[in-house]
Amino acid sequence: MLIPHPLLGLRDAQEFTYLGDAVLLNRPDGMAEGAEAAFAEYVYLRDNPAGVHRELWFHEQGDRSWLVVTRDTTTHEILGAELARDVKLKGGAA
Amino acid sequence: MHFSGLRVIREALTGHKGWKPLWRNPEPQPAYDYIIVGGGGHGLATAYYLAKTFGRARIAVLEKSWLGSGNIGRNTTIIRSNYLLPGNEPFYEFSMKLWEGLEQEFNFNAMVSQRGILNLCHTDAQRDAFRRRGNAMLLAGADAELLDREQVRAMAPFLNFDNARFPIKGGLLQRRAGTARHDGVAWGYARGADMRGVDLIQNCEVTGFRIDGGRISGVETTRGYIAAGTVGVAVAGSSSRVMAMAGMRLPIESHVLQAFVSEGLKPTIPGVITFGAGHFYVSQSDKGGLVFGGDIDGYNSYAQRGNLPVIEDVAEGGMALMPMIGRARLLRVWGGIMDMSMDGSPIIDRTPVEGLYLNAGWCYGGFKATPASGYAFAHLLATGRPHETASAYRLDRFTRGYVIDEKGVGAQPNLH
Ligand SMILES: Cc1cc2nc3c(=O)[nH]c(=O)nc-3n(C[C@H](O)[C@H](O)[C@H](O)COP(=O)(O)OP(=O)(O)OC[C@H]3O[C@@H](n4cnc5c(N)ncnc54)[C@H](O)[C@@H]3O)c2cc1C
Repeated sequence: MLIPHPLLGLRDAQEFTYLGDAVLLNRPDGMAEGAEAAFAEYVYLRDNPAGVHRELWFHEQGDRSWLVVTRDTTTHEILGAELARDVKLKGGAA
Repeated sequence: MHFSGLRVIREALTGHKGWKPLWRNPEPQPAYDYIIVGGGGHGLATAYYLAKTFGRARIAVLEKSWLGSGNIGRNTTIIRSNYLLPGNEPFYEFSMKLWEGLEQEFNFNAMVSQRGILNLCHTDAQRDAFRRRGNAMLLAGADAELLDREQVRAMAPFLNFDNARFPIKGGLLQRRAGTARHDGVAWGYARGADMRGVDLIQNCEVTGFRIDGGRISGVETTRGYIAAGTVGVAVAGSSSRVMAMAGMRLPIESHVLQAFVSEGLKPTIPGVITFGAGHFYVSQSDKGGLVFGGDIDGYNSYAQRGNLPVIEDVAEGGMALMPMIGRARLLRVWGGIMDMSMDGSPIIDRTPVEGLYLNAGWCYGGFKATPASGYAFAHLLATGRPHETASAYRLDRFTRGYVIDEKGVGAQPNLH
């Protein structure tokens, strides 16, 4: 798989490590009402879709940036990649 | 139709005209008492024990493809009970004991072969960890032996003992572990279930659940609606997709694991050998092919095929461990989709929907669990209570903080 890094162009997926669903960008507020349940869900539960999946990849052997990669889990086709930072600044990974 | 040596001789003398199909191909009935979703190893074993051991009737197994088309026919066939944690080890040892009597139990040749599994260690710390694991196994009634370097050399002289990074210092041996014929296991359970009246319905995909007031009343399928008061889901890599139809999110990611087989060779590998540090394990099939594999690819996947980097990684592991493998030609590589759970351990439990039960999260180790998983799931479906060896496999253990994390890596499925 080749990941289209927004700054570095096409990079071999081997240079990256995989974390999981990009909803991990939406960390709950630990001080809020119901934080315990929100954290249990955040840490453990996943949609795990068959189809388009937005997910976090870390460019460990490269520029060490976090990317949100959009990929089809049924074909492994990569549909796009953004800097996770930009996604977060735009309001998270819904 | 009973299988025996006598029968084989009689059929040989009469032109093999007396063999019959192993199971019927029935039309689905409008209603059953029990529906099992998924005709893989676990679903078929569940139906078998439900009918045979727990004496239940009006049971159907609904399989979207053909029986055994999933992971039960894609795995590397290793059976073992060499776990550490108290939530796991008694369950896997229960499974090992069921394996030991399985062929007599269901009168079918599943080629269960207790040729042993040897886990290699390379450091003092790893040896200490193996000693602890071996003791945990002994406490649960399993067998375990700690071997030193020379004992390993006597068993497997062809290994590279002086690899600069991972010199072999010894190993943990479980002699009662081994391999079994994966398809044979599915067929044996399918035949045994069919003989006891279970309807095995193929090409029947479950596409929805009918839930009335928090209680299951039946399933929608590609072959129409089928009513049932109790529904057990055992769909391995598809658990999240199927349970989403009941409005549930699971502590599971689906991942792809690849496996490999070489051309047939003369007997060379004595049992199963695992080189965890190098992401490689190997055994030899009865046909002579070297059957081997390594780690999962590591990203969410439903593609049933993996990518080349892992193939390279597994080949490197093999070359590091036993350089002679470089002379063998690879015949086939394939992949299967497994539900990797958040703690690396399975789930056998009821769900918030009354009458709907879940068997999931088997990761890359569910083949060895097939007999006990079927038994424990049937126990749960029939009695409403967990089997004593499976009582830790609760769905809510994650929120309660009772995870069963053998590797101690946390809620990161691709590290388990
Ligand atoms: C490459 C590989 C190697 C492995 N090696 C080992 C090993 O050496 N030892 C070990 O212990 N384990 C191993 N495993 C793991 C083991 O194979 C699985 O954990 C186990 O087979 C899963 O249970 P099962 O047999 O019921 O799954 P499956 O055979 O996958 O059964 C699930 C069934 O559900 C059906 N299904 C899915 N959705 C629906 C639906 N909506 N409606 C109806 N039916 C549906 C599927 O078609 C499938 O037939 C390996 C797995 C892989 C992929």
